[in-house]
Amino acid sequence: MLKLQVKRLSTDFLIIGGGTAGAYAALTFCEHSDKRVLIAEKANIKRSGCLAAGVNALNAYIVPGKTPQDYVDYARGDAHSIVRGDLLLTMAEGLNRVTHKLEELGLTILKNPDGSYAARGNRNLKINGENIKPILAGAVSKEPQISVLNRVSVFEYIVRENRICGAYAVGVDEPSLYVISAKAVLCAAGGAAGLYKPNNPGFSRHKMWYPPFNTGAACAMGIRAGAEMTTLEMRFIALRCKDTIAPTGTLAQGVGAKQINSLGEVYEQKYGVTTSQRLYGTVVENLEGRGPCYLRTAGISRQQDEDLQKAYLNMAPSQTLRWIESGGPPSEQNVEIEGTEPYITGGHTASGYWVDANRETTIRGLFAAGDAAGGCPQKYVTGAFVEGEIAAKAALKYLGDELTDPGDGADSVKALLEARLDAAADSDEIDRLEEEMQSIMDEYAGGISRHYRYSEESLKTAEEKIRALTDRVNLTKARDTRGLVYILELTERLILCRALIAHLLARKETRWRGFAENTDYPDTSEDFLKYVNSRFNPHTDEFEIIFRDLVAEGEIYEH
Amino acid sequence: MSIEINREACAGCGACSEACPGSLLLLDEKGKAAIPKPERCWGCVSCVKECPARAIEFFLGADMGGRGGRMSVRREASMLHWDIRKPGGGLKTITVDSGDANKY
Ligand SMILES: Cc1cc2nc3c(=O)[nH]c(=O)nc-3n(C[C@H](O)[C@H](O)[C@H](O)COP(=O)(O)OP(=O)(O)OC[C@H]3O[C@@H](n4cnc5c(N)ncnc54)[C@H](O)[C@@H]3O)c2cc1C
Ligand code: SF4
Ligand code: SF4
Repeated sequence: MLKLQVKRLSTDFLIIGGGTAGAYAALTFCEHSDKRVLIAEKANIKRSGCLAAGVNALNAYIVPGKTPQDYVDYARGDAHSIVRGDLLLTMAEGLNRVTHKLEELGLTILKNPDGSYAARGNRNLKINGENIKPILAGAVSKEPQISVLNRVSVFEYIVRENRICGAYAVGVDEPSLYVISAKAVLCAAGGAAGLYKPNNPGFSRHKMWYPPFNTGAACAMGIRAGAEMTTLEMRFIALRCKDTIAPTGTLAQGVGAKQINSLGEVYEQKYGVTTSQRLYGTVVENLEGRGPCYLRTAGISRQQDEDLQKAYLNMAPSQTLRWIESGGPPSEQNVEIEGTEPYITGGHTASGYWVDANRETTIRGLFAAGDAAGGCPQKYVTGAFVEGEIAAKAALKYLGDELTDPGDGADSVKALLEARLDAAADSDEIDRLEEEMQSIMDEYAGGISRHYRYSEESLKTAEEKIRALTDRVNLTKARDTRGLVYILELTERLILCRALIAHLLARKETRWRGFAENTDYPDTSEDFLKYVNSRFNPHTDEFEIIFRDLVAEGEIYEH
Repeated sequence: MSIEINREACAGCGACSEACPGSLLLLDEKGKAAIPKPERCWGCVSCVKECPARAIEFFLGADMGGRGGRMSVRREASMLHWDIRKPGGGLKTITVDSGDANKY
């Protein structure tokens, strides 16, 4: 039987996930303290997470003439009021500061002749985002205080009396169980993809928008440890270029392409222009027989064609390859668009950990930032940086002098994991089980094939089926540590699916047309101008739903 | 959507494997890069950009309408030269300078 070697590490500040928020938090921590930081990263921080392929713009910046409050107002409108005003404002106030810092580190930002940043629309900056992750990783590697542990997947917190004291991780390529003790912990392991059946369910199933490697560990670990979660029911569904799932903002905002149906009619004004309404309009046009829908690019210039090809190479090269191999450049052919499968991501919507203004979760000493943290939608890259910064400073204040003993749980964790290792295991079984989960969520919890619609009845069926599937997954075995990581990931997704279903059931209204269509309650209700929060009770194996009143900017919320 | 490794050209440096955000690549017993589960590829092309031997090409799967084109990248200081082999033959190269911001 394959044995795991236990490796014990300790640090002052443990950062789980060396992505956008995590890397920035590490840099901030070093600016203010000479204490030790350990980044535990599942891949390699050089190109991990959302930024791997590059990004097309900085989506969140306060352009001249606008204020942070304007940004809050915009985000609140877009989220149909379910936002934390306090979190949005503290995030918006930091956006320009972190942008300047990124430029200092080497990010190319387009400038006007007078040296000011060239804005795209009301909130965006144009950049060359291809190398944004290597730039961040490079800065991290220059700090001797930061140790980076690449290729370890963190899967469980160590919590004693509701206080964090570290985490367990497993080596991706080597049979090691890491027991990491820390005085404070930041969870920056991103959101969740892969819960629902994707647009391309076959060979290209990982050609999705959100990184398939952000599997929901961030939320799942919190759920299992009893942390309060918020607004998971506000799923994010992206409107993307068909097949390649490449972003559409560059076409819509860059060359002013409008959303049109197959009759050539511009339909976006008919449904409203919030992010969810744009998606909803596209779903309805298709349902009513006026699909497929497109972004109207035909007629743009040859020069624009070339500039678009380059812009996509910097963030979604598959779209450029598509244009070239099909011989139909955007100037000649409109770009077909479709909605993706639903994701859980606090960078776009308000789902994730329930945190206070310091980004501390309901577990003492555990902070959350970026896509893992809830209440603060539309934070994107720069907002993730700001949250990393806020959390790092708060963690520094929180740090006690003493490490809390992580206890002797390691032996039983080791035994549990080793029991899952079996040299004769079928390494494809986990893929089949994952597909089953995605089909259940698609059919019964409002996936693509159901046009994002669900009912109480269908959600209850989903819950039952996901529970039964969880029992089967709990019996699967892996050949090696990589396979073990796949099992842990699927287990994370399953508990997150259950949490999501509990949230969808609790919000008895339809607030975000397109994102979450509750067919039993098709209208928005004043009664639901509140947060749906939840806490998992491991003893009953149930989720307790907590409704909380909205928190506005200027208010101080404390756990 | 996935990548293809030219084992002849692969120099076994491991750079691709380090870069992959999904830890999908490894060096096999012959010291050559391999991707045991190509269907897990996200298509971020990080590995393609890292490979000094130009041994990795990126393609769109037929199930998502891919027509057989292949893409690879040559890096030269701040320049990225993207070579796209078209399905019917012919090569198109697009050069992007990291010092230039997107126009859009
Ligand atoms: C394709 C795409 C394009 C985007 N384009 C733009 C854009 O143009 N402009 C913009 O402003 N925003 C954009 N966004 C949004 C923005 O990139 C994200 O909101 C932001 O980067 C999220 O940061 P994060 O730190 O929360 O997550 P990430 O940067 O993804 O970091 C999460 C990290 O955690 C690691 N991890 C995951 N699980 C574990 C585990 N169990 N153990 C250890 N480590 C783990 C991951 O490998 C990763 O490194 C885009 C997002 C995507 C997906
Ligand atoms: S394209 Fe990206 S996800 Fe696919 S193998 Fe290469 S680095 Fe990994
Ligand atoms: S980067 Fe290229 S040369 Fe190096 S191991 Fe990978 S495929 Fe081989």
